[in-house]
Amino acid sequence: MRSIAIIAGGVFRDSVRDRIGYGLVFFSIFLMAASFLLAQLTAGQDVKIIKDLGLASASAIGLFIAIFFGIGLVTKEVERRSIYSVLSKPVTRTQFVIGKYLGLVLTLLINLSVMVVAFYAVLLYLDLTTLDGAKAAWEAPALDPRMLKAFALIGVELMLITATAIFFSTFSSPFLSVAMTFAVYIIGHFGEDLKNINSIVKSVVLPYITKAVYYVMPNLSALDVKSAVVHGLPVSGTSMMLATASCMLYIATLLVGSIVIFSRRDLK
Amino acid sequence: MDAIKTEGLTKHYQVGFWRPRPYVALDNLSLSVGPGEVFGFLGPNGAGKTTTLKLLMQLIYPTSGHAEILGSPVGDVAVKQRIGYLPENPYFYDNLTAEELLVYFARMFGCSASEGRTRAARLLDEVGIGAERRFQLRKFSKGMVQRVGIAQALINEPEVVFLDEPMSGLDPLGRREVRELILRLRDRGCTVFFSSHVLSDAEALCSRVAILAKGRLAAIGGLDELTSVGSRGWELVVSGLTGDVLARLKPRLTRATELGDGRFSLELPPSTIPEQLIPDLGGARIVSLNPLRGTLEDVFVEQVRATSAERFTEKVAS
Repeated sequence: MRSIAIIAGGVFRDSVRDRIGYGLVFFSIFLMAASFLLAQLTAGQDVKIIKDLGLASASAIGLFIAIFFGIGLVTKEVERRSIYSVLSKPVTRTQFVIGKYLGLVLTLLINLSVMVVAFYAVLLYLDLTTLDGAKAAWEAPALDPRMLKAFALIGVELMLITATAIFFSTFSSPFLSVAMTFAVYIIGHFGEDLKNINSIVKSVVLPYITKAVYYVMPNLSALDVKSAVVHGLPVSGTSMMLATASCMLYIATLLVGSIVIFSRRDLK
Repeated sequence: MDAIKTEGLTKHYQVGFWRPRPYVALDNLSLSVGPGEVFGFLGPNGAGKTTTLKLLMQLIYPTSGHAEILGSPVGDVAVKQRIGYLPENPYFYDNLTAEELLVYFARMFGCSASEGRTRAARLLDEVGIGAERRFQLRKFSKGMVQRVGIAQALINEPEVVFLDEPMSGLDPLGRREVRELILRLRDRGCTVFFSSHVLSDAEALCSRVAILAKGRLAAIGGLDELTSVGSRGWELVVSGLTGDVLARLKPRLTRATELGDGRFSLELPPSTIPEQLIPDLGGARIVSLNPLRGTLEDVFVEQVRATSAERFTEKVAS
């Protein structure tokens, strides 16, 4: 456990000092601030636009960090041979993979928290500068705490994408790993469409294939409540818990797969 | 108990995409290194030195055979606690400072952060990293990274240390410092296993060496044993030797060279006992008598050529 924590701390420290990571978080905060200016051009839709853009940019920037940093966690270490010194210490390959994963998840969650603070700061400013009459037109209050549910589920999604990126990077090239992880993200968001494809396509075989893909791929659409919270619609705690639990199971499976593959691999 | 032991250690790689065929990187390596030895693992580029070290660190897995360190199988976490390893051309995390890197590694051995900092400071002093220890490693030269690499290999005060080309990238001063460091480790009772293709390093430091060529062990033994006294014969320097005496002696000599001032250097083959030649010198005076000692380089070149020829013959035969 101690070795895992030390490796996770190392990843966190390394990524915190990475200028690219900083750049991405600042870019996300800039997008949120820019959405405020954009909102000035619309009548009555300002809060909705800020919420939409804020949640979308947090999700997109998090996805970018999870995929590119997640793949680099193992492949960069192997390519640059920095892993040789680490694995010659009293550290197992299992501890290495789990430590790397937890380190990046910690970084992502802290980045996400920074984005949440920036997001609510923009909304607070809007709330303070908007007249009460104009607020009546809003579907949901500016500082709606339900948006935290969307951020929490973005966090779960990023944890899953990080595990997927690590899994692919244990046996394929960085380019292929990026492509496959991104494919999982896209397919995961179209899970319901895959399941019900027989209603739009007349084929005997295709629905079986898409259903098989639906059951193998994670259902990321269940984690996407951005639209619901922006419109002030309720998001049930039970559905959130179920979606999170199934993702955690998926993450555990991916990590076990990564460990099994990585433990057998020759580090040439 | 041996500090390091390998038995029939073999590693094959598959090369070629369409028609994969095995490439023998290491072939049936059996050797043992005693505790407290400074052991040189020599060989030309591509001989299998780094492959052996990676097998000992379990960075790669053997095709067959097995290896032990301090009596336990390689890869055992308890054994890793007692060893240190410097990889060839090491690379570390760019965003960490040298000090932070060493503390990071020290903590993996169970040290507290403050104990790690103390050890890091001592080792960085020892390898000659001064104020630069607070710079991020991205700003370090190759030689400085090599020094940090040596320091990290010693962070746990190991009983056995594996150094893969430790002098690589170092300037002459750095090489001397590392030599002195290895000797200090030896004096402390630490077993040092280092790979190199620089023979002068091995001659200066090692009690025993192994020569690897084309993945095979070509020779192993003590330096004296490999470059054994008298193995190439003797050199007898005499003065006042007359022409007819020299002509009589010539069939029993390998070579005779005139040195000037009436002095001659007579090379005797190993089969000739020098004492038997003395009565036949015809009144010439003996200036010196020295064994012709082969250098490690002679042994290295001879063994590497012989192994390469052997591998070539096997390849042609198959």
